[in-house]
Amino acid sequence: MDAFLSLIHGFGVLADPMNIVYMCVGVVLGVLIGVLPGLGGANGVAILLPLTFSMSPTAAIIMLSSIYWGALFGGAITSVLFNIPGEPWSVATTFDGHPMAQQGKADEALTAAFTSSFIGALLAVIVITFLAPVVAGFALRFGPAEFFAVQLLTFCSFVGMGRESPFKVLAAMTLGFALAAVGLDSVTGQLRMTFGTVELMRGFDFLIAVIGLFGIGEILLTMEEGLSFRGKSTTITLRSVMNTWIRLPRFWVTYLRSAAVGCWLGITPGGATPASFMSYGLARRFSKDPGNFGKGEIEGVVAPETAAHAAGTSALLPMLTLGIPGSPTAAVMLGGLLIWGLQPGPMLFIEQKDFVWGLIASMYLSNVIGFLIVLTTVPLWASILRIPFSIIAPVIIVLCCIGAYTVHNAFLDVVIMLFFGVIGYVFKKLHYPLAPLVLALVLGDMAESSFRQSMLISQGDMSIFWSNWLVGSICSLALAMLFWPLIALMLDKLRGGGRFSPGGA
Amino acid sequence: MFMEREQNLVPESLPGDGEKTTPVSDAGLTVTMKTMELVVAGLLMLVAAIVMYDSVRVGAGWAFDGPQAGYFPFFIGLILFAASAVTFGINLFSRTADLSNFVTKPALLLVAKVLAPTVIYLIVMYYVGIYIASALYICFFMMWLGKYSIRKAAPVAIAIPLVLFWLFEIAFLIPLPKGPLEAALGF
Amino acid sequence: MKLAKTLATALTTVAIFGFAAAGPCWAEWKPKKTVEFIIPAGTGGGADQMARMIQGVIQKHQLMDQPMVVINKSGGAGAEGFMDVKGSAGNEHKIIITLSNLFTTPLATGVPFSWEDLTPVSMLALDNFVLWVNSSSPYQSAKDYVDAVKAGADSQFKMAGTGSKQEDQIVTVAIEQVAGKKLTYVPFKGGGDVAKQLVGGHIDSTVNNPIEAVSFWQAGNLRPLCVFAASRIEAQGTAKWQDIPTCKEAGVGIEYQMLRGIFMSPGVSQEVVDYYVGLFQMVRETQEWKDFMAKGAFTQTFLSGDEYKKWVADAAVVHKDLMTKAGFIAAN
Repeated sequence: MDAFLSLIHGFGVLADPMNIVYMCVGVVLGVLIGVLPGLGGANGVAILLPLTFSMSPTAAIIMLSSIYWGALFGGAITSVLFNIPGEPWSVATTFDGHPMAQQGKADEALTAAFTSSFIGALLAVIVITFLAPVVAGFALRFGPAEFFAVQLLTFCSFVGMGRESPFKVLAAMTLGFALAAVGLDSVTGQLRMTFGTVELMRGFDFLIAVIGLFGIGEILLTMEEGLSFRGKSTTITLRSVMNTWIRLPRFWVTYLRSAAVGCWLGITPGGATPASFMSYGLARRFSKDPGNFGKGEIEGVVAPETAAHAAGTSALLPMLTLGIPGSPTAAVMLGGLLIWGLQPGPMLFIEQKDFVWGLIASMYLSNVIGFLIVLTTVPLWASILRIPFSIIAPVIIVLCCIGAYTVHNAFLDVVIMLFFGVIGYVFKKLHYPLAPLVLALVLGDMAESSFRQSMLISQGDMSIFWSNWLVGSICSLALAMLFWPLIALMLDKLRGGGRFSPGGA
Repeated sequence: MFMEREQNLVPESLPGDGEKTTPVSDAGLTVTMKTMELVVAGLLMLVAAIVMYDSVRVGAGWAFDGPQAGYFPFFIGLILFAASAVTFGINLFSRTADLSNFVTKPALLLVAKVLAPTVIYLIVMYYVGIYIASALYICFFMMWLGKYSIRKAAPVAIAIPLVLFWLFEIAFLIPLPKGPLEAALGF
Repeated sequence: MKLAKTLATALTTVAIFGFAAAGPCWAEWKPKKTVEFIIPAGTGGGADQMARMIQGVIQKHQLMDQPMVVINKSGGAGAEGFMDVKGSAGNEHKIIITLSNLFTTPLATGVPFSWEDLTPVSMLALDNFVLWVNSSSPYQSAKDYVDAVKAGADSQFKMAGTGSKQEDQIVTVAIEQVAGKKLTYVPFKGGGDVAKQLVGGHIDSTVNNPIEAVSFWQAGNLRPLCVFAASRIEAQGTAKWQDIPTCKEAGVGIEYQMLRGIFMSPGVSQEVVDYYVGLFQMVRETQEWKDFMAKGAFTQTFLSGDEYKKWVADAAVVHKDLMTKAGFIAAN
C-alpha cells in the first residue's frame, strides 16, 4: 500500500492547474509529432527540451512525457490512413490497419488503435506503480546474451511462412539484414559496405526505408488504379466508436499478452518497435484464423498498438530507476533530467519523491487526456481520406520527404527514401514480402551486436545462450516459436488421439 | 505477405502457381512478370555479391573471441545470393513461368505520372530548398493530375509550404533544406 | 546568474552603443541568422546533453539574438558531422561540439579530416574517466584490481565501454599496457548501458564517465577505484568526488581526459571566433552551467585562442600515439 499512498501524493503534486495545461499542450504537440513521419518522439522531445529549462523539473517532465504519449498515440494515424508509419513502432499497425481503412473501416481501425494504446499504457503504468523496484532488478539481469535471446524470440515469433515463395521471404529478409549491416560496425569500429563514401556511413535508417517501402510504394500502387484512395470513409458517428468498443473485449487475451510483451521489452529495455512486431507475430500465431491477418483483422491492430504503448510507457522505468533509457525518446528525457539538475538512477526514487510520483501520477492522467483528445479527433482524421487524391497525394509525398530528411538531416536520405518507394512497388507486385525486410532492418543491427558482445564475453563459446535459466528459457521459447507450425501439428494429433482440451497458449 | 491487396486491377498472379497465367492482351503489354522476376532476382544477386565481396575485405572469419565484422554479412550475402539464384532459375527454366503482364501500359503511365514529377521535385529541392520546390510540386500535381485551375491550386500550394515553414523553422527549430530565396530573407 | 545577466546587458549595450557611435564598419560581429550547432553524436549521449543544455541556457538568458538549432550528425562515429563542418568553409553560423572522436574517428576509420580542418573556438570542460568495479567485487583499490589482472590469464577480465576504438577502449588499452595482460573489451551503445552491465555483474569493470555511474555509486552498487586525471576531481556535489584517488596516486600511472570543446567552420575571421568565445564565456557564468559541471564532475578549464590550439595539438599527438600502440589505425 506504500505505492498507493505515494501515488495519491503524486496526484497532489499534479493539482497545480499549470501542470494540467502543460499536459494538454504536450499531448497535442505529441500527436502532431507522431503524425508527421520521420519527426519522431525522440526528435520532438529533444527539440522542446531547451524550452523546458525555465520550468520546474516536474512540470517539464510532465510536458515532455506528454509529448511522448501523444506521439505514441499519433503514430497510428498515418499508418492506418496512408500506410505510412508515423513512428517506427507503428509499422506493425499498418499490416492490418491500412487494409481496414481500404475497406472503409478507417474509423474502426483508429478507434481500436487508440483504445489499445490506452489500455497498453494503463497496464504498463500499473506495473510501474506497484512493481517498480522488482522490475528494475529484473532489468539488471539482462546482459548481451539475454538481449540476443529476446531479439531471436522477436524474430522467430514474427517470421512464418506465408503464401509467398519461401525463397522470396528469405531474399527479402536477408536483404534487410544486409542493409542493416551498412555503416560503422559497432563492435570493431570498422566500416562496412560504405565504399569510401561518407554518406553511407550512417547506414540505412529503418524509418527511411519504411517511409519509402510502405508510404511511397503504396501511393505508386494506388496510382495504378486511378487517382483516388480506396475506402472512402462513410460519415463517422459516435456509434461507430461504440460499435468498435463492443468488439474489443473479445480480445482480452491479446490485450494481456501484448501488454506483457510490451512491459517486458520496455523494461529490459528492448524497445517499442520489437515489442510491436513480437506482439503482432504472437497474436497471429495463436489466432484461430491466422489467414485473416494482413487483410484487415482488427486483432492485428490491437496487438501491436497495445504492446507499443505498453513498451513506450514502461521504458521510462529503467530510465528513472537505473538511468538507462528504454527507448530513444527516454534517452533524450534522461538528458533532460540531468539538465534540470536531477540524477537519474537508484537514488531518484528516494531523493526526489515529488518528482517521481508526480511523473507517475501524470502518466495516468495524461494518457486519459491523450486518449480523449485523439478519440474525439477520429472523425477529423478519417475525413482526410475524403480530400481529393490529387491534393492529398503531393502533400503526403512532401511530408514523407521532410520526414526522411529530418531523421539524419541529410538530403541523400530523401533520395534513398524515393528509391525504397520504387523497390516497395516492384516487390509488392512480384510478391516479395516487405515485413520480414523491415523487421530484419530494425533487428539486424541490435541482434548482431548483442550476439557478438555475448561472444566476446564467453570467448566464443556458444553455450552462453543456455548458461542460465533466463537466457536458456528465452532461447528455447524462440526455437519453439520458430517450429510452432510443427508443434501445433503434433498438438493437434495429440488432441485428435486423446481428446485433450485445446492446446496452444 | 501481410498486405495482400484484395482487388488489384492488374491481373493477380502468384509466381510458382504456373497454371494460373492470365492471358495477356498485347495492347497494354510492357514487360512480362517473368522478365521482371529475372531482373529483380538478378539485381539481388548482384547486391549479394557486393555484400560478400566487402565482407571478405573486412574479414569474414571466426576469430578466437567470436565472429569478425564481415562474418554475418558474408553469410547473409550468401543466403541472399542462393535464394535469388533459385528464384532466377525457376523463372528462367520453368515452363510454367508467369508470362502475364507486369503492369499494363495505362497503369504504368499513371505510375510514371507520379514518379517523374517526384524525381524532378527532388532535383529542384536540391537547388532551391524544400519550401519552394514543394509549392511548385503541389501546384503542378494539382493542375496536371487533378485538373484544378491555377486559382484553386495556387492557394493550397502556397499555404502548405508556409505552414510547414512556420512549423519546422520557427516553432520546432528544425532546419530543412533551404535555397537562395530563404537566404535572401535572412534564414 | 545575475553576473551573467549584467554581463550580457553590458555586452549588448556596448554593441548597440558601438554601432550607433561608429557606424557599421566598426560594429562587432553578430550572428545574422540561425546558428547551427552540430553534434557529432546521437541524441541522448554526453555531447548531446551538453549541447542541448547550452542551447537552453542561451535561450533562457537571451545570450544571442538569433535562435540556435541543435543538429545531430552522428553517422560513422561522428565523421558525418565533422565532414559537414569541414565542407562548409566560411560559414559563420555553424559550430560543432567535439568529444574524443575528433581525434579517434579519422584514425580508426580513415575518413579524411583532422582538427586542423576546423577553426578552434574554445574548450568548455574536460570530462573525467573513473575506473569502476561492482561493489561486491573484492577490489578495494586500483592497485588491487590491476594486480588481479596481472595475476589472471589473458582476456580473463572483461571491460565494457562505449563504442569501439574510442575513448573508453583507449583507456582500456592503457590499462592493458600497465598490467601487461589483455582485457576483453566489450563495446556497448551508451554509457548507461555500460554501467548497467557492471551493476548486473555481466562484466568486471568499466571506465564510465562520472555522471553515467554516480547514481549507482551512491546506491552502493558500484565502487570507484581511481580517476584518470592529473588531480582529484574538485566538483562539489552530493557525491564525494574528492575521495577518489587519481590513478597515479593509486599506483596506476595513466592519465586521460576527454575534450568537450567547440570548433567551427574553417575560413572564418577572428572577429567571428571572438564572438563565439565571448558567447561561451557568458554561458559558463550561468548558474545552470555551474550546476551541470558539478553534477557531471567535469574538470573546469576554459581555454581559447592559441592556448586552446596548443592543447588540442598535444591531445592529437597523444591520441595518435595511443591509437598506434593499440593497433587501431585504419589500414588504408
